[in-house]
Amino acid sequence: MVEEAVSGTSLLKKLRRTERRKKIEAVGLITPLFVLMLIFYFIPIGLMLYKSIDNSQMREIMPHTARAIEHWSGKGLPDEPVYTAIVEDMKVAYPNRTLAKAGRRLNFDLVGFHSLLSKTGRKLRKLKGPPYKEALIKLDKKWGDPRYWTVLQRGLKNTTLIYLLATLDLRYDDKNNITHVPDEQAIYVSIIGRTIYISIFVTVLCLVIGFPFAYIMANATTRVRNLMMIGLMLVFWTSLLVRTLSWILVLQNKGVVNSILMWAGLISQPLDLVFNRIGVYIAMTHVLLPFMVLPLFSVMSGIPSYYVRAARSLGATSIVAFFRVYVPQTKPGIGAGCLMVFIQALGYYITPALVGGPKDQMLSYFVAFFVNERVNWSMASALGLMLLLITGSLYLILGKHVSITNIKLN
Amino acid sequence: MKTDDVHVSFKNVQKSYDGIKLVVKDLNLDIGRGEFVTMLGPSGSGKTTCLMMLAGFEPATQGEIMFDGRSINNIPPHKRGIGMVFQNYALFPHMTVAQNLAFPLEVRKMEKAKIDEKVQHVLDMVEMGEFGDRRPAQLSGGQQQRIALARALVFDAELVLMDEPLGALDKQLREQMQYEIKNIHEQLGVSVVYVTHDQSEALTMSDRICVFNDGIIQQAASPDDLYERPENSFVAQFIGENNTLTGTIDTLHDGLADVTLESGEKVSAAAIKVGKVGESTMLSVRPERVIVNPDESKVPFTIAGHVQKLIYLGDHIRCRMTVAGNDEFIIKMPNDSEDRLLAVGEDVRVSWKPEDCRALDVI
Ligand SMILES: Nc1ncnc2c1ncn2[C@@H]1O[C@H](COP(=O)(O)OP(=O)(O)O)[C@@H](O)[C@H]1O
Ligand SMILES: [Mg+2]
Repeated sequence: MVEEAVSGTSLLKKLRRTERRKKIEAVGLITPLFVLMLIFYFIPIGLMLYKSIDNSQMREIMPHTARAIEHWSGKGLPDEPVYTAIVEDMKVAYPNRTLAKAGRRLNFDLVGFHSLLSKTGRKLRKLKGPPYKEALIKLDKKWGDPRYWTVLQRGLKNTTLIYLLATLDLRYDDKNNITHVPDEQAIYVSIIGRTIYISIFVTVLCLVIGFPFAYIMANATTRVRNLMMIGLMLVFWTSLLVRTLSWILVLQNKGVVNSILMWAGLISQPLDLVFNRIGVYIAMTHVLLPFMVLPLFSVMSGIPSYYVRAARSLGATSIVAFFRVYVPQTKPGIGAGCLMVFIQALGYYITPALVGGPKDQMLSYFVAFFVNERVNWSMASALGLMLLLITGSLYLILGKHVSITNIKLN
Repeated sequence: MKTDDVHVSFKNVQKSYDGIKLVVKDLNLDIGRGEFVTMLGPSGSGKTTCLMMLAGFEPATQGEIMFDGRSINNIPPHKRGIGMVFQNYALFPHMTVAQNLAFPLEVRKMEKAKIDEKVQHVLDMVEMGEFGDRRPAQLSGGQQQRIALARALVFDAELVLMDEPLGALDKQLREQMQYEIKNIHEQLGVSVVYVTHDQSEALTMSDRICVFNDGIIQQAASPDDLYERPENSFVAQFIGENNTLTGTIDTLHDGLADVTLESGEKVSAAAIKVGKVGESTMLSVRPERVIVNPDESKVPFTIAGHVQKLIYLGDHIRCRMTVAGNDEFIIKMPNDSEDRLLAVGEDVRVSWKPEDCRALDVI
């Protein structure tokens, strides 16, 4: 008995040792991949997203003020040390031209801050003190207005929500409450809505065109199937720019489509097919169609013909057999295709920029706009985060029903 | 249950898929109401094609298919009212068992309460009453088979087609299902056209077997007729175990043929499918009909045999010997008389009753 027990524990030990070795091996194998993902994927995205709440730049411009104002209760006006600190900071920041930057940033919250800072900066040398409190208020009575100090205190925290709020057309008012921005400035919610709307519309178009296409392809002879596949893949063999530009040539007023329609006498005036929403739909559907067709085709070619035959033998007309027996079995393909097309459509930028009008630009356009024109990374990141949130929540909702890993591309 | 009433009839039906080769050549077959007809034949012989034409999934290239006395050539599958069991069951994977069974009733616009009742009834009939809520993927092969059968029967089809329905099951389950299918057939009195390439399945289940080869029905007969009285060499060799010897016809008289074998020995056989005197023929004799070392005075002829191998099988002994140049000549001897046991290497005389050996065509 004793011997058995001893050999029993040693067996367990041996088992544990081999198991542990296996585990170490497994971890060792995925570590490089994990590190790679971390370095090239998660860290950059994380940093980018942090930018949408990052406010450290402001603290760098006004380090003393930031520290001094932390203790201010927010009631009345701050004490002399805060005034001293801001003058010190401005003395450095004004010649460095960083003060203007801070002014622009604070103007977001309270219009007038930019002009206040530049005016004060200009007159800084003539300022007498310390103490500076009186002198500053004399220079501009805005320095005696607690609203400016509330905004400044919030603007000097480590992180800020103003960019994220801005993407939802919200902002802080001067009493630190979240409110709607004035109607004439409210643009982002409608842009997000438009982006989702265009994406849904393109997804539906892709499904409507892609489903029959995939169906014909899955049931065609090898020759026809290969031809259709090449036709589909042609989209990938030309650059996005060329493809999009060729749509302009085809759809413009004197383009192929209008010429044919006018020649055929169907229309007397050229139709506006490009530089508007129609152009965006046509071009995006064209580019994204393969992402709908491929998963559908993959699923469809795995559905044996005997199901529909069985349905027919059981008394179903071909239409009933198709909709009650065939289509439900293509659901994984429909789900995967719609998800892929929708998610890609959400991030579309070049195509709407080229073939759309000003009212057809999507969220990504504004991300690019803030990066390239305004050099406002924070706003760009906040909009990017919105995109990510839409995609993520969609994935959470649909992910249960659609498992992309189930789709084989053969 | 069987009547003389013709339920289905194929009249001069031909089928070609490519316009070059005929897959079914001139099929003529009457199936009686309530009859269990099996199409038996090697793979590629056109059995499935015949079934598909009957079900309406493939048009006949020529000829007519009659159902209840009406031509159904132009009737689409869903209006034929023929139940079908597919080889892969073809249960709809996105529906539960009960939904699968309700499907043919729903498309017939039956009312809900009636549907539920019928579904439960047919489930009980195949002894699957508890499984209505399962998905097909949660059932074993045999269970799926039962549901497929139930689905083909639930809408009261009078004709049920089955294309190798038991092909995917293991031997034991297959035998059980054979029994159950036969049982249901007898209970309901439906006509069944059953396709298989397994001859023992065909022999045990059928009222009548059509042996297919190369798009032609070689013989359509009851199982015992088919085994005892094959009409040509293909059927003789396809059904059961069989010894063949080739020779030349010497004389033909009273339905018998005297034949000189390739070894020069002379034997007699029943003339079934032979040409003229002087032409060659293929003799076919079942292993259990061969007599070893007979009383020479009581048989019309004997020929030489050399024992190659003996296999003891308990109730009988199988002996492989060389007879008239054929090394694969098999005989089965009942294990009843020890004094007649053979030894390997022994030279013996073999014979048979002329009516037990059939002179057939040469293939
Ligand atoms: N849909 C089809 N298209 C072309 N040829 C076919 C088709 N179905 C069957 N065939 C051919 O017809 C012949 C008979 O096939 P089938 O009826 O399936 O035989 P079985 O069921 O007896 O095995 C085979 O040679 C097969 O290759
Ligand atoms: Mg077949």
